[in-house]
Amino acid sequence: MINHIDVSSMLRKSVCELYSNLVTRPTGAAVRCEIEQELDRIGDRALTVIDFSHVGLLDFSCADEIVAKLLLQYVSIDSPRREVYFVFRGISESHLEAIEAVLERHKLALVTQRADGESRLIGIIGLEERRAWEIISQLGTGVGADVADAIGLSSDDAERMLDTLWRRRLLIRYDNAYVAVGSASIPSPTRLDT
Amino acid sequence: MTTIINVPHSLEDKSFEQVLDQVAPLPLDEKIIVDTRHARWASPYGLTALLALAQSRAERPILYVPEAENVSTYWSRMDFFKHAAELYELQGRVKSTKAAETSVLLEVTSISKSDDVHDVVDKIQQRAQDALVKNLNLDAKITMRFTMALSEVCQNIVEHAGRGGWVAVQTYTWRVRLGGRKVVVIAVADPGIGFRQSLESAPGFQRKERWDDGQALEETVMRGASRFRDPGRGQGLAGVRRFVGNWDGKLTIRSGTARIAVLPKGDWDEDEPLVEDLSYFPGAQVQITIPERVA
Repeated sequence: MINHIDVSSMLRKSVCELYSNLVTRPTGAAVRCEIEQELDRIGDRALTVIDFSHVGLLDFSCADEIVAKLLLQYVSIDSPRREVYFVFRGISESHLEAIEAVLERHKLALVTQRADGESRLIGIIGLEERRAWEIISQLGTGVGADVADAIGLSSDDAERMLDTLWRRRLLIRYDNAYVAVGSASIPSPTRLDT
Repeated sequence: MTTIINVPHSLEDKSFEQVLDQVAPLPLDEKIIVDTRHARWASPYGLTALLALAQSRAERPILYVPEAENVSTYWSRMDFFKHAAELYELQGRVKSTKAAETSVLLEVTSISKSDDVHDVVDKIQQRAQDALVKNLNLDAKITMRFTMALSEVCQNIVEHAGRGGWVAVQTYTWRVRLGGRKVVVIAVADPGIGFRQSLESAPGFQRKERWDDGQALEETVMRGASRFRDPGRGQGLAGVRRFVGNWDGKLTIRSGTARIAVLPKGDWDEDEPLVEDLSYFPGAQVQITIPERVA
């Protein structure tokens, strides 16, 4: 089971029953607080789907408050709030425009998943890091050696790269190996917590 | 003493400067009569700016309403008089009407809090699709982007102006330029603190050697500066700039004594990128123009 948060429900719960558009900074901040409370109930280590399927409009201010500020709390290298991974679903073309703009501004990246299950990375990510993520995603589960061989890096460099991707919460680390966030091989929350 | 301010026949962003040239030298508490009797046409910019003008005065001004019945009717349909009655002493016959104006995407609407932006977005979405796609032949993708841009420019009032302002959206045929092509225009006006004072309120702000309204506009519009330290701030106007660029549109922002323009790639407009030493007017007045797509 993967935790699922419907953003439009959070909007209706936190701001107004009648709204379906994510506009204005106060609205974005209220929705993020609601999501954070939901995450607090989930546990210290979790994979969560943030679902925008029922959101009409997402403007830049709201994308900054909801997406960027949420991610920033969990990808902090020194003291991340907790080990939480996110998959973003239901992202329309216009949502993407606002989300990509804020990811660029904060140098962040995230995983989106289409309705057919295909996952992709968006935001600021180096070519080799992207390639490493794709390799792990294709393999299902991988280690530094898998990436080192495919990209032509030393084992140490490959390990460092996977560690960076884990810290950015784009890979999940478990059992001394890595799984790509959004891939079909994601372990259940029970496995995540072991 | 009372001074009569003559409003030009055609009231839009450029001709509104004639109004400001007359008002700017006057003390704030001097009574003014804004004479629109001979007005024949007003753009959304003209109407929202007239309301901001009244807000900016210490003494409640008088407004002589347009004499032409069709003009008065149209201004009524735009809800101009509904708001003007709160800010001006109206003199003359106001023609009221309940008939809807099909070219109006959003009547003149007050913006002072976050909920107002939600209401504007909800309202415009219902009307924008038809106006932009069917009437202006624009790709369906524009509707959401257009609404995003509208949301961002309205939020500027809530976040930065320090007092309420106005927004209006309309489509019309631009006879002066574009050879009679249709355009959709968003106009947003407030009489608040303006871009320069907003940036000056930033923590640790240091005045540059040359610092004026033009510089403040360049910093904000072209370089994404904001009074907030939060690096996520300043994205709204950057997004509006991208939107305008993608649809061959034009963005102008006037604040204080300067006006900056993000010009279209096409050759349908020959405005100056930055105009300075204009007559002072408080706050910010924004106009976004998106032209009809022609084959």
